[in-house]
Amino acid sequence: MRSFTYERAVTPAAAAAAVASSEDAKFIAGGTNLLDLMKLEIETPRHLVDVQDLGLDRIEDTPGGGLRIGTLVTNTALSAHPRVRRDYAVLTRAIQAGASGQLRNKATTGGNLLQRTRCAYFYDPNMPCNKRRPGSGCAALGGHSRQLGVIGTSDACIATYPGDMAVAMRVLDATVETITPEGRERSIPIADFHRLWGDTPHIETVLEPGELITAVTLPRPPGGQHFYHKVRDRRSYAFALVSVAAVILPDGTGRVAFGGVAPKPWRSEAADAQIRNGAAAVVRTAFADARPTEDNAFKIPLAERTLAGVLAEARS
Amino acid sequence: MDFNAPAGDNLFDRATVVGKSTPRIDGPLKTTGTAPYAYERHEVASNAAYGWIVGSAIAKGRISAMNVEDARRAPGVIAVLAAPEMEPIGSSNWNYAPLFGGREVAHYHQAVACVVAETFEQARAAAALIRTDYERTSGEFDLAAVAPDAPLAGSQGGAEGGAGDPRTRRGDFESAFASAPVTVDQTYHTPDESHAMMEPHATIAAWEGDQLTLWTSNQMIQWAKTGMGQILGISPENIRVDSPYIGGGFGGKLFIRADAVVAALASRAAKRPVKIALQRPLMFNNTTHRHATIQRIRLGAERDGRITAIAHENWSGNITGTGGEDGTLQTPKLYTAPNRMTANYVAQLDLPEGNAMRAPGEAPGHMALEVAMDELAEALGMDPVELRLRNEPEGRVPGDPDTLISDRHLARCLREGAERFGWSARSPTPGAVREGRWLIGMGVAGGYRAAPARQSAAFVRLGADGRLVVETDMTDIGTGSYTIIAQTAAETMGVPLDRVTVELGDSRYPVSAGSGGQWGAASSTAGVYAACVNLRRAIGEKLGFDGDAATFADGSIRAGGRSFALTDAGRVSADGEMTYGDFKRDYDVGTYAGHFCEVAVDAYTGETYIRRMLAVCDAGRILNPLSARSQVIGAMVMAAGAALTEELAVDTRFGYFVNHDLAGYEVPVHADIPHQEVVFLDTLDPIISPMKAKGVGELGICGPAAAVANAIYNATGVRIREYPLTLDKYLDRLPTPV
Ligand SMILES: Cc1cc2nc3c(=O)[nH]c(=O)nc-3n(C[C@H](O)[C@H](O)[C@H](O)COP(=O)(O)OP(=O)(O)OC[C@H]3O[C@@H](n4cnc5c(N)ncnc54)[C@H](O)[C@@H]3O)c2cc1C
Ligand code: SF4
Repeated sequence: MRSFTYERAVTPAAAAAAVASSEDAKFIAGGTNLLDLMKLEIETPRHLVDVQDLGLDRIEDTPGGGLRIGTLVTNTALSAHPRVRRDYAVLTRAIQAGASGQLRNKATTGGNLLQRTRCAYFYDPNMPCNKRRPGSGCAALGGHSRQLGVIGTSDACIATYPGDMAVAMRVLDATVETITPEGRERSIPIADFHRLWGDTPHIETVLEPGELITAVTLPRPPGGQHFYHKVRDRRSYAFALVSVAAVILPDGTGRVAFGGVAPKPWRSEAADAQIRNGAAAVVRTAFADARPTEDNAFKIPLAERTLAGVLAEARS
Repeated sequence: MDFNAPAGDNLFDRATVVGKSTPRIDGPLKTTGTAPYAYERHEVASNAAYGWIVGSAIAKGRISAMNVEDARRAPGVIAVLAAPEMEPIGSSNWNYAPLFGGREVAHYHQAVACVVAETFEQARAAAALIRTDYERTSGEFDLAAVAPDAPLAGSQGGAEGGAGDPRTRRGDFESAFASAPVTVDQTYHTPDESHAMMEPHATIAAWEGDQLTLWTSNQMIQWAKTGMGQILGISPENIRVDSPYIGGGFGGKLFIRADAVVAALASRAAKRPVKIALQRPLMFNNTTHRHATIQRIRLGAERDGRITAIAHENWSGNITGTGGEDGTLQTPKLYTAPNRMTANYVAQLDLPEGNAMRAPGEAPGHMALEVAMDELAEALGMDPVELRLRNEPEGRVPGDPDTLISDRHLARCLREGAERFGWSARSPTPGAVREGRWLIGMGVAGGYRAAPARQSAAFVRLGADGRLVVETDMTDIGTGSYTIIAQTAAETMGVPLDRVTVELGDSRYPVSAGSGGQWGAASSTAGVYAACVNLRRAIGEKLGFDGDAATFADGSIRAGGRSFALTDAGRVSADGEMTYGDFKRDYDVGTYAGHFCEVAVDAYTGETYIRRMLAVCDAGRILNPLSARSQVIGAMVMAAGAALTEELAVDTRFGYFVNHDLAGYEVPVHADIPHQEVVFLDTLDPIISPMKAKGVGELGICGPAAAVANAIYNATGVRIREYPLTLDKYLDRLPTPV
């Protein structure tokens, strides 16, 4: 780990300005991802701006009947919030399927959206990796890629966004609220938040340097039955091979997003329109452009079967 | 004391303290965090500097340049050890690839540099400033590719079937197999596995003149001392090894490894004590692992289930081109067949050095053999428990009829297990039992693990206060050695357990058997028993009675109509050692188990959940049923991991294990492990030692993984012969959900 300087910002605007004005600065929230990466020198910030004093740790009702979740709300608090459990159960289920109790106590909403991939080659500084060291190549291509992406990836990088919470937020049509170093506020639909990175896999979101996430807002509750089925090799404390977040309405229509398959939570409105035609039709549409490797081709039939199980439960 | 004839009645048969479930006497220290593990022994070396090891970035080749100047100038740095600047150090009887030094790289993450600094953070930061250039050379990393040309283990070029052919043959396997009415011929794959114990390898090293002390985490104190002497080229007499608490080993700490060697070198360079723990990402490639295997098994049987032909061939690879993982070990021991053959081939590979991991050979061996038995039962249309019962040997080892079986109750294990588990409810038709979206199945496996006993010594001291202190260099790797040794002394000397203090793991104490190969419990208690018998004699001499004939009970002594308090003896002490006579060569001493498992497989996703596990074990006297049960359930957990998730993924291009942390190498979590039941048969083995007790720590991992695999087959009708049984291997063959 490199030496770094540390400050605690007092206002969101000041935090954003502090990161923008010093070279190689980063925000730190719960630190559960950033510190691990710093120990391995995969992240090497020279300055950390701690955002924990910004007062962004509240969950509030919005005038439109939705919910505004401050970026510092912990995963534990968010998943336990009564309105989330009642009206956005898919979110509670997704969060609780992730990490461990201790990590969820520390992990924050904004930090969770920005957690980096779990590609094993990304984690080994001896290996070529375009995401860690742009231009060095991709060791996962032709290597072990069982966990990695099947769609939306590129020849430069086939990694995934590994998280769970964002997959639920994607079916809920959440919006990420930010403030730029210039003090401008932005609302970014979650669908646009993570990038399909093409040949710049080190740039994973549309955030500008120094741009601070302040909150995530959820629109009015969608109703219906909520599902989050995370398939993994062991029963807890593992990242998804495939996950399915779904909201199924009484008329059999609904929305579905897939995790563990792409650089972002994977959803297409065209695929949603197929839900009444069954899992095969949805997956055919959602994964029409898939480019799996030999190792991870199973993820597509697995996505279909997992969704089929969800739809069967919705019917029963 | 020489054990030179089968045990008759002795002091142990009273069994007032031994054989009783006894909470670990070191438990309070562990649960309050006051048992100091190697890295935390601040009291022994308060001025220790911190070392950080740098692992090689390539698997095979040369270091062409290493620039350590920036690291040397970094804040807090005391010394930097650069392998290319040093002569390669020697190896020992227990390792092959040099643990440090030289320009040649033998495997990925081999230690190539070490930074010593005032703080841990400074050492780590400075280590990242070292710039190394490598010349990569090609190597062999793919077992499947090299297996076909692998020589027989130990053959040293001897022709097949010739004098150098170590294959064990009986009868005429080929003809018997060809003419058998029912046959199975299948090949199974088990992956490389990691010990993945909680406490990493860790050492504090300090020199005083030419005297080296290692406070470390090691299973075999005497091997550590001798090995370190060989590696550094110094007399073992000048080395002290101290390892009282060990946070898991599973075979990974049987030998001196880089943490200890580099700490010793670094301490010499820094001129002060140095502490080093291997960072977790180095644990998988720097240390040893269990070797992958490829196993072909052929079984031929009559229609009534009598096996007429067994062949078990095994391929594995190692950096040494020797050793490897011999999956055939249990096969001559388990089932009868007049015609048989086993063969073990070892290829040379350039992956990190493989070595023993819990039940080496036998653990993966059962994963193949016991599935093949399940396949044979199905081919015969016979219950798999019944098939095993039909092939039980009587009195002699099936693959070696010149050798007697000491004591064997496998049939009872299987029968009682079937009864307790509700085996009769199993559907013989696979894929037939459903509960909603779940496919339900049951599986069984037999288990055999050898039960060695090794020479072991101890020193026992009676204090004026009537307390006993036992000293031996035996280790407790979380197994419960402290407690069974205290029980042994309490039983033999007739004192309550809380009057016994046990001191372990210090090379200044008498040499014990150490912890490995499930010999620790049986051997170390026998050594303590020998010392206690000598102490009784010494007390008798002092007070004027025959120590062997006296009764020691409740802190008092009755001898020849007289009676004494133990404290009447004052201070007395005795050494003792258990050695073993030649008569044991006529016997195979083994432990046996019947393993049962029930799984539920999600018909949609293929996720497998183990629902129940049962082990019925035959291991002679159980010294402490509580800690023995912990050993067996722990082994069953490890077997569940081997069955379902654990695999060191080999990158055959770069030559290393890719998933080198605990996020990528998935051991079971609590949620994976269901209700586990363990039953010990009430047996005594008079051949093992006067204690009649055998080990259980490795028996518990011999069979359960196959029981899981067989249960998955019974649930789904899909047979997977490549471990771990992850869902991607069978998803496309699952029955359609209803
Ligand atoms: C062992 C382990 C297992 C895990 N398993 C799972 C799992 O199964 N599923 C899952 O979803 N996650 C899992 N995680 C990931 C975990 O959820 C994330 O580490 C956590 O959510 C990150 O939140 P944090 O607040 O600690 O972020 P930090 O580590 O503090 O920050 C992460 C990144 O976000 C940036 N950042 C933080 N806050 C802001 C902000 N307000 N504005 C802009 N940038 C910001 C930081 O600069 C940093 O780059 C696991 C983590 C670990 C260590
Ligand atoms: S898949 Fe992406 S993260 Fe993984 S090695 Fe390739 S470039 Fe790096």
